[in-house]
Amino acid sequence: MNTLTQENQVSMDGSLQDDHNHDDGHHAPPSGIMRWLLTTNHKDIGTLYLWFSFIMFLTGGLMAMVIRAELFQPGLQLVDPNFFNQMTTVHGLVMVFGAVMPAFTGLANWMIPMMIGAPDMALPRMNNWSFWILPFAFIILLSSLFMEGGGPNFGWTFYAPLSTEYSPDSTALFVFSIHIMGISSIMGAINVIVTVINMRAPGMTWMKLPLFAWTWLITAFLLIAVMPVLAGAVTMVLTDKYFGTSFFEAAGGGDPVMFQHIFWFFGHPEVYIMILPSFGIMSAIIPTFSRKKLFGYSSMVYATASIAILSFLVWAHHMFTTGMPVFAELFFMYCTMLISVPTGVKIFNWVATMWKGSLTFETPMLFAISFLVLFTIGGFSGLMLAITPADFQYHDTYFVVAHFHYVLVTGAIFTIMAAVYYWIPKWTGHMYNERLGKLHFWCSVISVNILFFPMHFLGLAGMPRRIPDYAIQFADVNQIVSIGGFAFGLSQLIFLVVVIKCIRGGEKAPAKPWEGAEGLEWEIPSPAPYHSFTTPPVIK
Amino acid sequence: MFGFGFALVPLYDVLCDQLGINGKTQNSASQYIDNEIDKSRLITVEFISQVQNNMPWEFIPQVNRLQVHPGELVRTHFKAKNLSNLNIVGQAIPSVSPGRGAAYFNKTECFCFNQQTLAAKSSADLPLIFYVDPALPDNISTLTLSYTLYNITDKGYVDVLEQGAAK
Ligand code: HEM
Ligand SMILES: [Cu+2]
Repeated sequence: MNTLTQENQVSMDGSLQDDHNHDDGHHAPPSGIMRWLLTTNHKDIGTLYLWFSFIMFLTGGLMAMVIRAELFQPGLQLVDPNFFNQMTTVHGLVMVFGAVMPAFTGLANWMIPMMIGAPDMALPRMNNWSFWILPFAFIILLSSLFMEGGGPNFGWTFYAPLSTEYSPDSTALFVFSIHIMGISSIMGAINVIVTVINMRAPGMTWMKLPLFAWTWLITAFLLIAVMPVLAGAVTMVLTDKYFGTSFFEAAGGGDPVMFQHIFWFFGHPEVYIMILPSFGIMSAIIPTFSRKKLFGYSSMVYATASIAILSFLVWAHHMFTTGMPVFAELFFMYCTMLISVPTGVKIFNWVATMWKGSLTFETPMLFAISFLVLFTIGGFSGLMLAITPADFQYHDTYFVVAHFHYVLVTGAIFTIMAAVYYWIPKWTGHMYNERLGKLHFWCSVISVNILFFPMHFLGLAGMPRRIPDYAIQFADVNQIVSIGGFAFGLSQLIFLVVVIKCIRGGEKAPAKPWEGAEGLEWEIPSPAPYHSFTTPPVIK
Repeated sequence: MFGFGFALVPLYDVLCDQLGINGKTQNSASQYIDNEIDKSRLITVEFISQVQNNMPWEFIPQVNRLQVHPGELVRTHFKAKNLSNLNIVGQAIPSVSPGRGAAYFNKTECFCFNQQTLAAKSSADLPLIFYVDPALPDNISTLTLSYTLYNITDKGYVDVLEQGAAK
C-alpha cells in the first residue's frame, strides 16, 4: 500500500507525507490526555478547535448575559460601570478571536483535507502548535479580569487613548494575549494555504475545488495580510503605555486618529475573515438540500476574491465622524457600497440554486436559509451605515450593534452551526437527533430576532452603544431585547445536548447521509477513519 | 506585514502633511511675508481651549473670536494659570477646523512651539501671533483654532515638536 501511496503522491510534498505515514500510520494514537496534547492528526486538531470554540462561545455568552441583565432596567443595578465596560470588551474579544475564528479553523482542519483528497494538513506539527497556544492566550486574557484594577475596559476596538492613557494596569496582558492569538491564526492560515495549494488530489483543478476550500484559502491570505498589522497596533499601544513612546499621544507629537486608521486597516478585512468561510459553508449546504448543482460556481470564486481585495479599501467607513475631508468620505462611501455588489452576486446565486430545486428542510438547511434572510438584513443595515451623512446619526448607537450582530450571529455563527449539523454524522458516525436539532433552530431563530431586531429602533432613537445605563424612554425595548438575549443564551444549551447525544450514540450514519450531497468527504465511511485518503482518490 | 503596520505611521504623517487634511498646523514659526492685505475679505477666527483631565491649569483665550483681513498680522494671547502647588510642564497641541484651512493659518510666534512651565500658583499670558494666508480658498470664511493642553510633567518628552521642526 505504501508504494501505491507514494506513486500517487508525486505531485505532493513527498518526503513530508512519507514521514507522516511512518510516524502515525501503523501505530495506534497514544491514549489519554497525551493523545490530545501531542496529536498531529487533522481530525483530532479539528475537534480540539471546535470544542475550544464552543467553550469560548459559552464564556462570551455568559458575559453577554451580564450585559443584558444590567440593561434590563435603566439605572445601575448589578455591576459597576467599569465592570460593565470590561464585559462588553471581553465579550467582543472572546467571540471574535475565541469563538468565531477558531470554529472556522476547526472546520477547516476537519474538512479541507477530506474535501481535497489529502491525507492530512500539510504541516501537522505546526498545526498542533497553532491550536495549543490558543488556550494560553485566553487564560491570560480572562485572568486579567480578576486582577486589581480589572481587565481591558476600552472596547474590543481598544481605541487610543482609552487603551493607553486611561487603561488599567493589566493592559500588557491584553496585548500579549492578542499577540498569541495572532500567531495562532497566522500558523493556521499558512497551513491552509500550503495544504490547498500542494495537496489537492490529482485531477482536482482549481475550478473543481470545493468552495469551502476556496473561501478558506482567500481568508487565509487575508489573515496573513492583516493579523500582523493588528500585532503592530497592540505593540504601539504597549510601548505608548509602558515605554514612553507617543505613537498615539498628541502631547508627544503623535496622533490618536491614526490609531483608528491602523486598527480598521486590520478591522475591516477581519470582518470578512469572519464571513468568507461562511460563504463556503453555504455553498456546500444549499446545493445539497436543493438537490441541484450550485448556481454560478465560477462567479462565486471571483466574487469572493473581489470582496477580499475591496475589503482593503473601505476601512475608513468606521471613521466617518472623525473629521475626514469630504473627498475621503465620498471615496470610502462608494467603495463600501461597491462591496455589496459581489456580496449580492452570492446571495443571488444561492437563491438561484434553490429555485425549482426539490428542497427539504433538515436542520442544516434551516440554518442556511435563515442565514440567507438574516445576513441580508445585516447587509442592508450595513448599506445604511455606509451612507456617510446618515452614519453621522447612526454611528456609535445600537444601530451599529444591531448591524454587526446580524452579520456575525445570524451570519457567521448560524453557518457554523449549520456546518456542525451538516458534517457531524461524518465526524461521529451517528445521526444527530433531528427533532432536537429543529427545536434548537426554532428557539434560536426566534429569540435571536427578539434580541437583535429591536436594537435597530433603539439605535435610530439615539441610544448610544457601550453604556451601562440609559434614558428611561428606552426601557421597554431594552427589556424585550434582554428577554430575547436570555432565551437565545438558553437555546444554545440545546445545541450542547444535541452534540453530546450525537457523540454518545444515535442512528448509524451511512457514508453519505444526505441524498443530494456531493464531494469527496462523503466517499469516506462514517465515522471518518483516523487516517483517510492515504491513497489519493482519482478525480474525473 | 508587521513592519508594514509600523510603516503606516510615517506614511500617515506624510500623507496628512502633503494633502493638508487633518487640521495640523505647522510646528515652527513661519516667516511673515509682507503680504498685500486683502481688505475686501473678513475672516472670522475662533479660539477654543481645552484642558486634559489631569492638568491642573486654567487655560482660556483672551478673546473668543476675532475678525481679521487675510494677510494682516494679528497678536492675541491665552491666559494660563497653574492652580496646583507643583511646578507643571504643559504642552498645547493645536488643531484647525476645517482641516483644509490649516495650511493657510500661519503662526509667526506661538506658545505651542515649546513646552511651557509654570511654577506653583503662578500665571502667564501665552502669546500667539498669526496671519491668514490671502490664498485661503473662498469657501472658507471661518477658521476655528483649538488648543488642547496636556500635562507632560512626568513624561520626559523632549520638545518633540521642536525636534520635528529642526529636521
Ligand atoms: C454589505 C456589506 C456591509 C456594509 C456596507 C457594512 C458597513 C458597515 C459600516 C459603514 C459600519 C460602521 C458603522 C459605524 O460605526 O458607524 C459597519 C460596522 C461594522 N460591521 Fe459592517 N458592513 C457590511 C458587512 C459586514 C459584515 C459581513 C460583517 C462581519 C461579518 C460586518 C461587521 C461589522 C462590525 C463588527 C462592525 C462594527 C465594528 C465596531 O465598531 O465595533 N459588516 N459596517
Ligand atoms: Cu467595515
